[in-house]
Amino acid sequence: MAKKPSPISEAPSNVSKDELLQYYRDMLLIRRFEEKAGQLYGMGLIGGFCHLYIGQEAVVVGLEACAKEGDKRITSYRDHGHMLACGMEARGVMAELTGREDGYSKGKGGSMHMFSREKHFYGGHGIVAAQVPLGAGLAFADKYLGNDNVTFTYFGDGAANQGQVYETYNMAELWDLPVIFVIENNQYAMGMSVSRSTKSKTFFDRGEAFGIPGEQVDGMDVLAVKAAGEKAVAHCRAGKGPYILEVMTYRYRGHSMSDPAKYRTREEVQKMRDERDPIENIRDLLLTGSHATDEELKALDKEIKEIVNDSAEFAKNSPEPALEELWTDIYADELPQGSAEEHA
Amino acid sequence: MAIEILMPALSPTMEEGTLAKWLKKEGDEVKSGDILAEIETDKATMEFEAVDEGIMGKILVAEGTQGVAVNTPIAVLVEEGEDADAAPAPKAEAKAEAKPAEAKTPETEAPKKDEGAQPGKSAIEEVKTPQPAPRSPDWPEGTKMKTMTVREALREAMTEEMERDETVFLMGEEVGEYEGAYKITQGMLAKFGHRRVVDTPISEMGFAGIGTGAALAGLRPIVEFMTFNFAMQGIDHIINSAAKTLYMSGGQMGCPIVFRGPNGAAARVGAQHSQDYAAWYSAIPGLKVVMPYSAADAKGLMKQAIRDNNPVIFLENEILYGRSFEVPDLPDFTIPFGKANTVRAGDDVTLVSFGIGVAHALEAAAKLAEEGIEAEVIDLRTLRPLDYDAILTSVKRTNRCVTVEEGFPVGAIGNHISAYLMENAFDYLDAPVICCTGKDVPMPYAANLEKHALITPAEIVEAVKKVTYK
Repeated sequence: MAKKPSPISEAPSNVSKDELLQYYRDMLLIRRFEEKAGQLYGMGLIGGFCHLYIGQEAVVVGLEACAKEGDKRITSYRDHGHMLACGMEARGVMAELTGREDGYSKGKGGSMHMFSREKHFYGGHGIVAAQVPLGAGLAFADKYLGNDNVTFTYFGDGAANQGQVYETYNMAELWDLPVIFVIENNQYAMGMSVSRSTKSKTFFDRGEAFGIPGEQVDGMDVLAVKAAGEKAVAHCRAGKGPYILEVMTYRYRGHSMSDPAKYRTREEVQKMRDERDPIENIRDLLLTGSHATDEELKALDKEIKEIVNDSAEFAKNSPEPALEELWTDIYADELPQGSAEEHA
Repeated sequence: MAIEILMPALSPTMEEGTLAKWLKKEGDEVKSGDILAEIETDKATMEFEAVDEGIMGKILVAEGTQGVAVNTPIAVLVEEGEDADAAPAPKAEAKAEAKPAEAKTPETEAPKKDEGAQPGKSAIEEVKTPQPAPRSPDWPEGTKMKTMTVREALREAMTEEMERDETVFLMGEEVGEYEGAYKITQGMLAKFGHRRVVDTPISEMGFAGIGTGAALAGLRPIVEFMTFNFAMQGIDHIINSAAKTLYMSGGQMGCPIVFRGPNGAAARVGAQHSQDYAAWYSAIPGLKVVMPYSAADAKGLMKQAIRDNNPVIFLENEILYGRSFEVPDLPDFTIPFGKANTVRAGDDVTLVSFGIGVAHALEAAAKLAEEGIEAEVIDLRTLRPLDYDAILTSVKRTNRCVTVEEGFPVGAIGNHISAYLMENAFDYLDAPVICCTGKDVPMPYAANLEKHALITPAEIVEAVKKVTYK
């Protein structure tokens, strides 16, 4: 099942020009957004942990292309890309990164903890692999309610070594839950390469013992991701239970902003950027297939840049949350124990 | 030589049972391993196997007899040709005066006498559980009452809420086909089916997370842990996923879920199965924590917990499951969180407790009354939210306070209450607050050691005498 990634030469005939442009646009938005976030972090406007998605854009953009209204998604702390891809506003995401009141969590969640009921985005989780059973739980709810929604549950090669993943595989298959386990294999769990963390080098087949089908996909090729995603989604929507996609990808930046990434060579990163970059690949396709002109793409680049700059300005100017916010949202519909009022 | 067959103890907490059915009749040949009878315990109907061989000489307890105490002779086994009536059966060994060597206890803690220290018997099984007499009951005056066990009350509460709301479902180990490890969910699978009563594999972390995910998506799961000791495997989801998500999402993602199961010491089950987690969960903002004593509170608070839009930790007690109390016979009976119950009125000292601690406090109060000390007993019922006002009002009147709980002494609920009183009622206190807790040791197995590890009414009496300078 595993196949070696190869550079994309031409787009399949069933992919339209509009789709290609959309993927290009969505991936570019994530790339530029993350670059800006890195910049704001360097300026001290974003604090704490900040995990950038640069290099992995094709994974979430390819899979979002398979989603319909009502489908749910949940991921780890490397989550900005997922939020933008499912339609959350760049302004709200960036304002959360700067810890301001217009952020998706009113500034109380930060980079790792953002959510959107409206876009069915369930976070944003900071405990490695915790989102895996949570994602299966979202799928459990859809099955319980009898609809045909699916849940995209994203996690990394590092999370794939947590025990709760396998407890979840077992129950998801046992109960035929409509959940797609998307393993974003970027080859490094923080500083530990897959070859140092596991004897078996593949993750797509780790559901075999439970009867869950899986496949490995080239995660630097958005069209390949989309094609595999469609297969997985069809399986889940048909009520056949979970599906595993191991998406081979690469993060260009460190694990987080404070990671010097000494565990790999500069050459390794550069080679990936030069030869496999998912955005450059689509750009080439658009140009060589005469789907777009250089001018058109430049105009698109400019438009994206404006969205990102606007989000940064918005995030800088949004006020910090009011101090009362310290005491809200602890309990639904009521004041918390030990609230400001009680202790006043 | 005739052999007496004794009523067996078939669960850690079984004190008596029903002899449901004899499968051998008088005169039948009995081989070792043959099933002699079916015995109904507090948890299940069990088959009782023969150990010795012989002829069933005489059946001493007829089938259908209820309340047969453990170790009661129930039949006599004789040898071929032996007459059951003629051969006087020997005294049951377990009843013999076989006393184990006197256990050495440290001088300072050496009890004067070990009342009722029966070898093999857990002290906690003998705890008296009087009906509380609340100063202001949670139901209207004149309400018809019915007697039910805590177990039945919990089952009735869950059943009523599942009938009322389609999004409520139950999941956990052995909740369905097995009908509950402690029979709490008996009959619920038959009533609601596999969609709503979900048996899980032994994967606490996994199903705590799946339950939490389902709650984030809008369902109202009741997740049963076979005991809260096993919830340790899934505690990350309770705290990091369930309790914190509303806050981390700026109020978008509520998590209406109930995590329930027995908590605290059962009888003779050792350190890993005997811990009170009340203080642990009560430390977490975002959680609500309930720990009822009576069946009425178990029912009213469970219904409230299921309706609550937040994650609720519902700490039950295995010893209390089988105890009976008066429960109001009302169609829709709930008790709001954060409202303590004064279960005994008194002016000399305030005893603050919750869960099974209330039984100890009430027993201590009864003993103190004999000596002319009237203790007020407050049952907190919920630890988060905590009814600070009820404690404060009472202590301002009695000027003395003793807290009672089964958990460990460091970081106990009592410590928090004590600190709160120091900050808010310092000038009213005539004595330091004393926190009566379980001992600072892992729960031992030996019956005598276990007894001394647990909180006892005698210790509460002693603490009250200290704070009243008597």
